[in-house]
Amino acid sequence: MAERLFEALPADAHEVAAADCTPSAPVLAVQNLSAGYNGKPVLQNVSFDVYAGQRVGIIGPNGAGKSTLFKALVGLLPHQGEISIQGAPCRQSHTMIGYVPQYEAIDWKFPVTVWDVVMMGRARQIGYVLLPRRRDREAVRQALERVGMWALRKRQIGELSGGQRRRVFIARALAQRANVLLLDEPFTGVDAQAEADIYEVLDVLRDEGIAVLLATHNLVQAATHFDRLLLMNGGRMLAFGDPQAVYTPQLLAETFGDRIALWRDGDGYVMVADKPCHDHDAHGDHHAPAHPQPVPEAVRE
Amino acid sequence: MGSWMTALGIWGALRDGWAVLAANFETLVLEPLRYPLLARSLEAAIVVGIVSGVVGTYVVVRGMAFFGDALAHAILPGVAFMYQRANGRTDDLFWGGLVAGVLSALGIGWLTRHERIKEDTAIGVVFAAMFALGIAMISRIDNYAGDLSHILFGQILGVSAGDLRLIVIFGALVLAVVALFYKEFLIISFDPMLARTLRLPVELFRLLLLVLIGVTIVVSLQTVGIALMVALLVTPAATANLMTHRLLPMMLISALIGAASSIVGFYVSYHGDVATGPAIVLTATSIFLFVFVEQQIRQRLGFIVRLHGLRETAPAGQPAFPHEH
Repeated sequence: MAERLFEALPADAHEVAAADCTPSAPVLAVQNLSAGYNGKPVLQNVSFDVYAGQRVGIIGPNGAGKSTLFKALVGLLPHQGEISIQGAPCRQSHTMIGYVPQYEAIDWKFPVTVWDVVMMGRARQIGYVLLPRRRDREAVRQALERVGMWALRKRQIGELSGGQRRRVFIARALAQRANVLLLDEPFTGVDAQAEADIYEVLDVLRDEGIAVLLATHNLVQAATHFDRLLLMNGGRMLAFGDPQAVYTPQLLAETFGDRIALWRDGDGYVMVADKPCHDHDAHGDHHAPAHPQPVPEAVRE
Repeated sequence: MGSWMTALGIWGALRDGWAVLAANFETLVLEPLRYPLLARSLEAAIVVGIVSGVVGTYVVVRGMAFFGDALAHAILPGVAFMYQRANGRTDDLFWGGLVAGVLSALGIGWLTRHERIKEDTAIGVVFAAMFALGIAMISRIDNYAGDLSHILFGQILGVSAGDLRLIVIFGALVLAVVALFYKEFLIISFDPMLARTLRLPVELFRLLLLVLIGVTIVVSLQTVGIALMVALLVTPAATANLMTHRLLPMMLISALIGAASSIVGFYVSYHGDVATGPAIVLTATSIFLFVFVEQQIRQRLGFIVRLHGLRETAPAGQPAFPHEH
């Protein structure tokens, strides 16, 4: 059974994705991407296409390879396979992917303001030795306005809340003029209001045709907030496609292993985390709701 | 009430001091500068204060104080080697130190390029060994204690015209590189991951920064010596860090404090008959303590004021005294 799912589902997922896509080329096309650390493969044969304005949820438990996928996409890891952005190989278009990592290592007391942080995204466009020009300042201003952080531009970065910091780093990726944003767990350690604010920013980006890949392990959000879902576990892509098609009990069980169970409850499913996952999770939040929780509307059959 | 009395006392002392200084400007300030040797050492000290203030900013924001201290000690073998051969011609010491400083900086950069060895462990092992080697070399010279103390604690009165020229040239070179690659150094210091996604040569800039610190140390060698070097790199920048939250103003303030410490330290040294290096370092420390205590007092006052609900209009999360631009 498991074998069959592994083999068959990605192909099915592609058909689902192809059904309603626009005729234009994908902004991000990934073919047979494999990557790893020190020769040890972590990511194996991942393939998917993302079109302008799409929001893709990358779903999987910790260690599934979500961060590895992102690092391979921005060229931080040696990788095999093809990554093309708007039809061009990614080497030439490195600023077109904006990466917002989890940032555990940032020194928040560093003497930089919000403005300075966003201006860093312009380094390539400014060039070596030169100073920012008017178009760079304009790009920074627009980016800050789009994420609603213009008013706080003179603040030192550490004075901001967690959610505000995430928005600043999204602004920096926008200032890069990225067409594709990679957000790694942007909702960890962020309260509900800040999460709503970030989704608001993401809605603006969708309207502007910017594709967003967002890694999360919150299953409830996954069903409602994304155009496509990519389920991962153990460095493999288990499925890619429309949330309705991908969000099935079998696939979720495949993705999360024995940490989650789904029960049929009338016309929908109820998810139950049957194992506490604190020991697997550095951030202390849950992979799945701790209590039985109804699956949102999109999943109901 | 007591603090007001103290403040008045300090103010009074400052006013009186200023009056004495103004009345005796000629003898106190200008007289030492009539001697070319003293004028040269003051010039050297000012250049050193500015350069180490600017480069020290990176040392502070990147948390490299231990690296700076160790690198200063690691140049000893190079200096000792030239000392044995040069017979007192000090500008040869400069070149010896420069080669040692650059090599040590690159060496430590190479050792710490991977996470395999923890950076401070690698520094501790390698640099202490280099220092030991330097002392071993010098201990073979007859007049060993005196020579060693000149290198360890500085010998600013030994600044020759040639030394001063080298100090100015290399100091200017360091400042020029910082100015040219300010943006890149900022990015690799704050967010190396962004630097790598932007395809900046992160490793190259990191090594360049280490070399800049090495050159700064060699430039400062005669002024404060090896043992006190780290204070010159850290104290003015740490003071500036308390006063601003942007890197460029921090550099400028740090350079200003470095230069001021050099000038005041120089005169304290001349009039008080104390060694110049320690006088400069203690001046810098006094400025740091003054700024630190003043900020503490302001924060306490701010806390009391907020406790009484007088600042309720301030938005939540805003610090009591936000820095102005």
